[in-house]
Amino acid sequence: MRRLAGFYILAAGVALLPVFFPDNYFITVVGVTAGIHVILAVSLNLLMGYAGQISLGHAAFFGIGAYTSAILSARYGWNPWLAMLTGLLLTGVIAYFIARPILRLKGHYLAMATLGFGIIINIVLVQNGQLTGGPDGLGDIPSLTIFGWEVDSDLHWYGVIGVAMLAVIWLSLNIIDSRSGRALRALHGSEVAAEMMGINTTTTKTGVFVLAALIASFAGSLFSHQQGFVSPGSFSFFFSIELVTMVVLGGMASTYGAVFGAIVLTFLPELLVVFEDYEVMIFGAILMLTMIFLPQGIFVGLRNLAYKLRKKNATPDSIAGKEQNRGTA
Amino acid sequence: MNIRKTMTALAVSTLMSLTAAQALAADTIKVGSFLAVTGGASFLGDTELKTLQMYVDEVNAKGGIDGMQVELIHYDTGGDSKKAVNFAKRLIKKDQVDVIVGGSTSGTSMAVIDEVESEGIPFISLAGSVKIVEPVKKWVFKVPHTDRMAAGKIFEDMKKRGISKVALISGDGGFGKSGRGETLALAPEYGIEIVADESYGAKDTDMTAQLTKIRDTDAQAVLNFGFGTGPAIVTKNVRQLGITIPLYQSHGVASKKYIELAGDSAEGVRLPAAALLVADKLADADPQKPVLVAYQTKYEAAHGAVSTFGGHAFDGLYIALEAIDRANSTDKAKVRDEIEKTTNFIGTGGIFNMSATDHLGLGLDAFKMLEIKNGDWTLVE
Repeated sequence: MRRLAGFYILAAGVALLPVFFPDNYFITVVGVTAGIHVILAVSLNLLMGYAGQISLGHAAFFGIGAYTSAILSARYGWNPWLAMLTGLLLTGVIAYFIARPILRLKGHYLAMATLGFGIIINIVLVQNGQLTGGPDGLGDIPSLTIFGWEVDSDLHWYGVIGVAMLAVIWLSLNIIDSRSGRALRALHGSEVAAEMMGINTTTTKTGVFVLAALIASFAGSLFSHQQGFVSPGSFSFFFSIELVTMVVLGGMASTYGAVFGAIVLTFLPELLVVFEDYEVMIFGAILMLTMIFLPQGIFVGLRNLAYKLRKKNATPDSIAGKEQNRGTA
Repeated sequence: MNIRKTMTALAVSTLMSLTAAQALAADTIKVGSFLAVTGGASFLGDTELKTLQMYVDEVNAKGGIDGMQVELIHYDTGGDSKKAVNFAKRLIKKDQVDVIVGGSTSGTSMAVIDEVESEGIPFISLAGSVKIVEPVKKWVFKVPHTDRMAAGKIFEDMKKRGISKVALISGDGGFGKSGRGETLALAPEYGIEIVADESYGAKDTDMTAQLTKIRDTDAQAVLNFGFGTGPAIVTKNVRQLGITIPLYQSHGVASKKYIELAGDSAEGVRLPAAALLVADKLADADPQKPVLVAYQTKYEAAHGAVSTFGGHAFDGLYIALEAIDRANSTDKAKVRDEIEKTTNFIGTGGIFNMSATDHLGLGLDAFKMLEIKNGDWTLVE
């Protein structure tokens, strides 16, 4: 109970917000986008934050899920759930086969390889016009139906995405505190040391890569039914970078950090539109200042700061270390 | 540990509740817009936004519509269809606009169709694809010429010159691909045979390989559908390879930039374009001339060279405002009906006559066939 206290509070917040603001644009429209971004950031954080494997192609898996759902349900009239499952299967297979060669690479080379993969998928989406609708996108995607209940309003979607998001956060929190989670973090620290401890690093890395891809594909399928329209621009290299920014901004190796980063980066542009021409400038300045003054990310940085104030003698590093070793506390 | 997590959740929920209740003003007409002001398509959105702002100010200075002031609410999509959907929802639900004029790119326009149809709000798109209004959707209109019209206009001119075999080369961007599709579909109707069908990437810097293949065919003309720098390179390569058959470009190159980039090679190139490009060269009797010259003078005084894209925003805005004026209300259904009844509206893109089956309302005559001579546009009679 104590371990997941933060999660329960978050869940209560997600559940209560629409009760107070059932028809608020920021809750039921931007909130849904934020929820999808949270799912993606949390999945990327498993790979990047915990396992330390950078990926600049995460949007590609999101895109595979979205387009599989879109094509099968809109063009061939499949049941959306079956389409989603097919998307997961396809993503799983692709992720599994590219994981082994790609994850042999490290650092910049790994970043390059994932970047290349992301771009290839995007080119396929643009060029395969007959199937994907090309650069203009693909529309008329049916909505989801859950046991005869059609998800057709923004509020309904808020509920569906909210539940999916909480499930993914819960999954991530539990994985991190499990044996395989400790294996992941050991891997991040030192691959050699992890192997010495008896961890099969190849299997662990492949596993987390496939899991992150599957979660992204799941988010993609939800996204495509929620929007009713997909176009390649939503799954481009720039979106991959945006996801990395969310994880880094919130704070790496912290599930709540990823949640926080995703929410901030979704809401900030929406709130900044009042500044019109200066919108982009202010947005950039906020990101720069964050990275200068809170290099561990806003969430993790502020949390460490709060700890520092409470325990004046403790150094931020030892606190960061504590977070790393949180384990089954 | 508890406190730490509590703080997280608190921070999250505070942020999510940072919402502002929007006050409703009853005596203004709210025109909503979402445009690609930044990003790859900013050359569309930027000039569209400037035009909208300029003319909303002008309308207000003249006392508004039926005594009501016009308020423009606009958002920047960066060309991203995902953002377009959210901003469309924001315009409809939060800002509660009366009409939407926007959607610089076909992708962003297509993306919001579901939303405007289910919410029932008139939407005038500023994007090119014919798919936006075909099949006809109840609430969706558009003002720019389509690529099908461009292909038709080109084929018409080709037939006059006795050309029946055409080599097609197109860019792989949205514009080029859509143009290619329409060209292939329309060619048989005009009795034209496409003898080569080549394509190039948006960032390619040399198209001689594709053009060499075209040189070896018995084509009587080359047709290039593309946007950006590609067509300028094609034009140069055509001359370098000594290809002497006529070269046709699409309306995608209808800006002075193209002539600058292609230089002397552009001499003799023909293209269909909106009359705005040659406003000062039109006959004085042309009904469009006063509108075009007025727009050009006003825009150039404030922002520099005009482009046809800004003209689309002008057309969209005025079609919407005149419809509201005729309807004497901002009731969405009435405004929609009035937009559909638009007749003889003289805009920058042509003379619009919309109907229940035609939500664009332009004929082939809306395009002028231009030829580049001495580094400038000239009308082909």
